[in-house]
Amino acid sequence: MPFTAKSGKFNASIKPVTIGSGDKAATIGGENVLPFYSFDAEIANAPKVGIEVTDFGMEHEPECLKKYYDGCTTAADMVKKAVAFEGVDFISFRMEGGDPNGANKSTEDLMATLGEVIEAAGDMPLVICGSKNAERDAELLQKAAELAQGKNAIILAAREENYKTVGAAAGLAYNQIVGAESSVDINLAKQLNVLLTQLGVNASNVVMNVGSAAAGYGYEYVASTMQRIKAAALSQNDAQLQMPIITPVASEAWATKEASASEEDVPGWGDVESRGIDMEVETAAADLACGSNAVILKHPVSVATVSKLIKELV
Amino acid sequence: MALKGLDIFKLSPKKNCKECGSPTCMAFSMKVAQGAADINACPYFSEDAKAQLSEATAPPMKTVKVGVGENEYTLGGETVLERHEKTFVSKTRYAAAVCNCMDEATIDAKLAKIPQVDYERIGERMIVEMVYVNYAADGATDYVELVKKAAAVGRTLILGCDDVEVAKAALAVCKDAKPVLNGANAANYAEMNAVATEAGVVLGVTGSNLSEIYDTVKALEGLGNKNLVIDTTGATIKETFANTVQVRKAAIKDNDRTFGYPSIVNLAKLAKDDQHLQAALASIFTIKYGSIVVMSELTYSEALPLYGLRQNIFTDPQKPMRVEPGIYPINGADENSICLTTVDFALTYFLVSGELERSGVPVNLIISDAGGLSVLTAWAAGKLSSSTIEKFWKEADIEGKIKNRKLIIPGKVAVLKGEIEAKLPGWEIIIAPAEAVQLVKFLKDMNA
Repeated sequence: MPFTAKSGKFNASIKPVTIGSGDKAATIGGENVLPFYSFDAEIANAPKVGIEVTDFGMEHEPECLKKYYDGCTTAADMVKKAVAFEGVDFISFRMEGGDPNGANKSTEDLMATLGEVIEAAGDMPLVICGSKNAERDAELLQKAAELAQGKNAIILAAREENYKTVGAAAGLAYNQIVGAESSVDINLAKQLNVLLTQLGVNASNVVMNVGSAAAGYGYEYVASTMQRIKAAALSQNDAQLQMPIITPVASEAWATKEASASEEDVPGWGDVESRGIDMEVETAAADLACGSNAVILKHPVSVATVSKLIKELV
Repeated sequence: MALKGLDIFKLSPKKNCKECGSPTCMAFSMKVAQGAADINACPYFSEDAKAQLSEATAPPMKTVKVGVGENEYTLGGETVLERHEKTFVSKTRYAAAVCNCMDEATIDAKLAKIPQVDYERIGERMIVEMVYVNYAADGATDYVELVKKAAAVGRTLILGCDDVEVAKAALAVCKDAKPVLNGANAANYAEMNAVATEAGVVLGVTGSNLSEIYDTVKALEGLGNKNLVIDTTGATIKETFANTVQVRKAAIKDNDRTFGYPSIVNLAKLAKDDQHLQAALASIFTIKYGSIVVMSELTYSEALPLYGLRQNIFTDPQKPMRVEPGIYPINGADENSICLTTVDFALTYFLVSGELERSGVPVNLIISDAGGLSVLTAWAAGKLSSSTIEKFWKEADIEGKIKNRKLIIPGKVAVLKGEIEAKLPGWEIIIAPAEAVQLVKFLKDMNA
């Protein structure tokens, strides 16, 4: 007697969202099955992989990245190289220096850097990330959305504290895609989507960052939040949770001790570059298995590996 | 799949005789459904009905034990597909692979690497738990000798061998350590079954597709063997993922007991030359239903994130992960370094210790017992207060161990400052920022 599997195809689906325009435009979401369940139904759009560059250029990057970005100093230099790396679907630019508790760079400086990045990225889709400081991001992301007009970029992120400013600028005034960031809780994720749509943002122009963590660092919350969101979106047809999920991995993964502790400090652990890549790819793979439609990575080998993983599974 | 009270009631005698101690058959059925009463308390349930019920109340997935002593591992026994529904019970176990097709130097190097990964993370010892010993018919090295060598590493073995005679010879030298014999298929299952049952080991079932595996498992069950695992490795990564998910889904969601067995996923076969891809896949199969995941090698690089991930995924959602209370010196802190205290919730510990490390400032991180709750929850529940801190200070003899008398407390419980000052005379209490991310700047400013 042959085994016949019951189909796990849902009647509802994740909303497809396209980033960028032209030949290189990337569409995420659209699927009506759980992550990589291609045996239930075809995956409408394969998850996408982005590479992260910050306004500090090479300054804050780990030593092991230097050989890939030979001759680069600024963010724009890096982006020019990064667009050609294997497996890169989009560029993610993070304005780390905007943090008032950090370098606290001026808005003019950051917009100048962003301008160069936009030019360097050419027709590669863009994700523009803030400084992680909600108050500062209200200003930065509003300006960034204006500067990137016509790029159909993801502005990451509008949060509960600043969604009115960021959401209105990105979603209403400048026709970008609003990234809605909440911290690992399905209800908070939904609430922010409701607030954004009430503001008038088109629900088809929203992607969610539902929170992230490196593997081993409270990842159970990330896993369960993503899995519950996908379950609600697909099996209960909850339209306010059907936005695709984008997950920044690089900033979490490379901040861990596993990825950064030098070989002198922990002699038994072996090559530091390999540890960083494994932390990044294992975290990203877990994110994808739990429901992320896009991940943002840092190391070119991680990008190539995760891109290959996706091709194998879709 | 839990049985509903009504389903049991339908099979009950409906006499309402009260002999079981419940007022009605309905009430008794409800209790049985909840597990509060034993079906045998009723003298009138027919044997037929009982058999039907025990079949229906049997767990959807078998629990299988492999290895002996400290190397004994429980596989399977899951009741849900996602951890938030209840909890996952049997952790994914990881194996490093060797093969008799490799030359001796390669084999020795690989085996020597296995014990190198050995560390502790939040109270759990992390090692490569198993060794997968693959048999290739044209292999140059003698398989039985290889098995002996691999057994000497002191980990539980999986014999990947579909040749009945070779398997028999290999088991003769290692069966007491309860390895897995992964080698039954549609062609050899009857003979393999005899070898495995005689040696008393778990038998792994493979096949070219799910239907073939399904039929082989059914045939083996027919022979009375339910001590099985299913090797879901297919020809491609995509097929392997589909197999692994469908087997688990059939067992748990669709109640198909034939697929209710733990799985083996062999990544060494699927992504031979790409170690980073194997690492990524190991992560996927930890979340999605790999009971044993086999990799070409498992060094610290792959293990550190993977074991952390496993620890996260397999925690009970109702029980938060905790770290041991105590003094954790950070950045080379000694008895003269400043102290900072927080709760024993693992996530809090990791966030705080990560930021402290980043600050570069030597700090004694003192973790007190707060029931594994986060700062605000512990405070609200009375598990983090001036009294609990005072108590912990005495129990752990903090004042005897540390000479510095400055203590930084979490910003979220700033209200405790006065009380702690009263309970810990001689200590200067400093309030930290509300969020861990602000600690780096806070400590640097304080030191400046």
